[in-house]
Amino acid sequence: MSTIPLDYEALRLIWWLLLGVLLIGFAIMGGRDLGVGALLPFVARTDEERRVLLNLIGPTWEGNQVWLVLGGGAIFAAFPPLYAASFSGFYLAMIVILLALILRPVGFKFRGKISDPRWRATWDWALFIGGFVPALIMGVAVGNVLLGAPFHLDDTMRIFYTGNFFQLLMPFALLAGLVSLGMIVTQGAAVIAGRTEGVIAERARTYGSLAGLVTIVLFALGGLWVAMLNGHVVTSVIDPNGAINPLAKTVELVPGGWLRNYGTYPWMLAAPVIGFAGLALAVLSLRSGLKLLALLASSAGIFGIISTAGLSIFPFFLPSSTMPEAGLTLWDASSSHLTLFIMLLVTAFFLPIILVYTAFVFRVMRGTVTTESLGKNPNAY
Amino acid sequence: MDMLVVDLSRWQFAATAMYHFIFVPLTLGLSFMMAIMESVYVMTGREIWRKATLFWGTLFGVNFAMGVATGIVMEFQFGMNWSYYSHYVGDVFGAPLAIEGLMAFFLEATFVGLFFFGWDRMSKLGHLVVTWLVAFGANFSALWILIANGWMQNPVGAKFNPDTMRMEITDFAAVLFNTVAQAKFVHTVSAGYVSGAMFVLAISALFLVKGKHVELAKRSAVVAASFGLASALSVVVLGDESGYVATEHQKMKIAAIEASFHTEAAPAPWTVLAIPGADGEPIWSFSIPWMGGIITTRSLNEELEGIHELVDRAEDRIRTGVIAYEALQQIRADGTDTAARAVFDEHWADLGYGLLLKRYRADIENATDAEIAMAAADTVPDVWPLFWTFRIMMGLGFFFIAFFGLWFYRASRGWIDTNKPLLWLTVLLLPTPWIAIESGWFIAEFGRQPWVVEGVLPTFYAASSLNVLDLVLSLSFFVLLYTVLLVIMVILMVRIIKAGPKEKLFTPDDEDDFVITTLPATPATKELVS
Repeated sequence: MSTIPLDYEALRLIWWLLLGVLLIGFAIMGGRDLGVGALLPFVARTDEERRVLLNLIGPTWEGNQVWLVLGGGAIFAAFPPLYAASFSGFYLAMIVILLALILRPVGFKFRGKISDPRWRATWDWALFIGGFVPALIMGVAVGNVLLGAPFHLDDTMRIFYTGNFFQLLMPFALLAGLVSLGMIVTQGAAVIAGRTEGVIAERARTYGSLAGLVTIVLFALGGLWVAMLNGHVVTSVIDPNGAINPLAKTVELVPGGWLRNYGTYPWMLAAPVIGFAGLALAVLSLRSGLKLLALLASSAGIFGIISTAGLSIFPFFLPSSTMPEAGLTLWDASSSHLTLFIMLLVTAFFLPIILVYTAFVFRVMRGTVTTESLGKNPNAY
Repeated sequence: MDMLVVDLSRWQFAATAMYHFIFVPLTLGLSFMMAIMESVYVMTGREIWRKATLFWGTLFGVNFAMGVATGIVMEFQFGMNWSYYSHYVGDVFGAPLAIEGLMAFFLEATFVGLFFFGWDRMSKLGHLVVTWLVAFGANFSALWILIANGWMQNPVGAKFNPDTMRMEITDFAAVLFNTVAQAKFVHTVSAGYVSGAMFVLAISALFLVKGKHVELAKRSAVVAASFGLASALSVVVLGDESGYVATEHQKMKIAAIEASFHTEAAPAPWTVLAIPGADGEPIWSFSIPWMGGIITTRSLNEELEGIHELVDRAEDRIRTGVIAYEALQQIRADGTDTAARAVFDEHWADLGYGLLLKRYRADIENATDAEIAMAAADTVPDVWPLFWTFRIMMGLGFFFIAFFGLWFYRASRGWIDTNKPLLWLTVLLLPTPWIAIESGWFIAEFGRQPWVVEGVLPTFYAASSLNVLDLVLSLSFFVLLYTVLLVIMVILMVRIIKAGPKEKLFTPDDEDDFVITTLPATPATKELVS
């Protein structure tokens, strides 16, 4: 395809970056709502307090969740083998995440329609699960990616996964799950502290700074642990413009190999630094009541932490523990040259528009949510 | 290849898709009708129209939540349950799915929050724009999903690449302007509009028969009757177009729908009713001469091929497919084998037919004549379920034209609430569009079997290598959760309808608008100690 103005290598790299943008986008935007869900029973204890939280995120959570939908769609379109291997490999984990996510839209909508306390308490639990479980399990999945997933490929590119759900719950993966949960909770707390008043905001600051501190410690612990894990290193020559064929490469397992990129490209160290600094700043601003700064810092922390994971395993997406050469990298798991290019054009057109109207909607819905402000709208949750 | 895993995966996809498509059509139809009602409100300034928009919007919201809840599963299931499919056609199929997110779902989901929460934060016109954006978002969403689905029915603009072992895009415009996709899109969204119109009409009829909320119900009924008539006409006309393009691209599906086992001399008759015999072929049928040829080929001299003739052709294509498969093996072993590439280029279009043999043996190049005959017989979908669901769908389609036509006529004469039996009948007819719609999807997808992508990839070959326990767990979880949520949704809708639209909106003390307080009383404390 000589008519495509960008070469295959550049497009693969751009799509690797875009995937990062979408996943970080989901963690920052969707993480607001997951975090608030996970904090719901603790920060808000009366029905009115819970309504404040639900109406705080109610107008915008649906749009935020599309970052996840789009992330899934982008993996499918830009890296189909990765989409195929990860979604089928982590099958039961995905089912758990989906069941939890299903509870959210109905939880928001159904809860407020009947004022019976038992009814509302039931949906409060549903919304808690809908926030807590995905935040945790998504992190567990990332942890398993760093450990390598037990899958292999045959010559026809069919994927065979040989693990099971309980094997996902390795100590390191659980640690990664807690890091994910911690950063999402911090984000949720920053949102609550930023737009509510009184006792709710007070509790959010307490829980948020606690979660932020715990996340800092766990993230540091994770870094030390990764130094002991086997990293995957491609030992054959990579053709970044070649046709996809994961089995064409050779891969070696190197203890601490996931940290090698930081030696090769020291600028990558910026990612963990932003992760730590963002979280620390979020904790400080939560403690001192700096609303906007807390949210920005927490978002920066999320950006830093996810970037760290992505950069550590670069160029891998999904290493394989049972057949290392079958591990999927951005060079051998992408779509065709033409598809990547078309999807880049479409994304370059629509993503800025999405950002503009999302900002508009947030602007219209800005302001502090209080118990008094709830009564006016018949569609309030 | 564990066929039980394949069957359970198919059941799961069918169940989750059919549940999802209970809510989607109503979203498509109701969003436009709300936008129309709100437009009238903005143009005339009459409060009743805003009240109507809000009332239907409340029901829309409950339905929309279910659509979102069941929709996210759809996107992830391709990778989870159909991983070989995702690899094999992801280069083509993933693009419209991702564009759907970028262009449509983001729009719909971002503005739907503003639709509900923005009433008192935006100007009248501003809010109206938001409502229209939600409606367009929902419909664009359907467009891209049907482009993706249309490609599965008629895989144009793509070619198999032996180096990557998958189908890859060669012509994106062909995928977009796929005639099958375009016809399916308009047919499907129109069906959604019919369901929305029936929903509004049936509930309005209930109000009228009970003498409640008469002003709102009358106005809603007028909108529903006109919108419904236009949509019903569009469904049938575009349904006919769908049938016509399917004749071109999916001859076996049409032959099965028509239970036409042998090629008929042109112009073929159209079978209205038939009784199947022991061997599956009709022993009695009632047909209208010429009609079949006119509907499916739009001519009097083109033949409509029968199932047996199509099976014979499939057998030839399987044999060619085996040649393509052997060449592919050689290319995979040695990428520089130009002779093998030449053979493959000539025969690749039948590779999918060769793969049908994978059900019987792994080394398909050694397939026996008996196995080839069995694989060819597999290309015939189950005829009678298709025959009957098609007739149910078509019968309902024509009925909707007559029904909405009658309502439209009566509305134009001002006879909206004068005929009680008609009002009751309208209430009872509420589920009928869903029967037609679910039948339609059944025909489209079951009629495509054994293919997941027509002629390219057999369904059984596309599944993930999961185990039975995975599938039993996930299928039962989904069915259980969806059923519970569906029951709750219906109960809530009934309660919202019983409570009816509120007389005043946005007074400071109407916190309990649309909130029903009729559950058994409990020690209601504000403290929810959990």
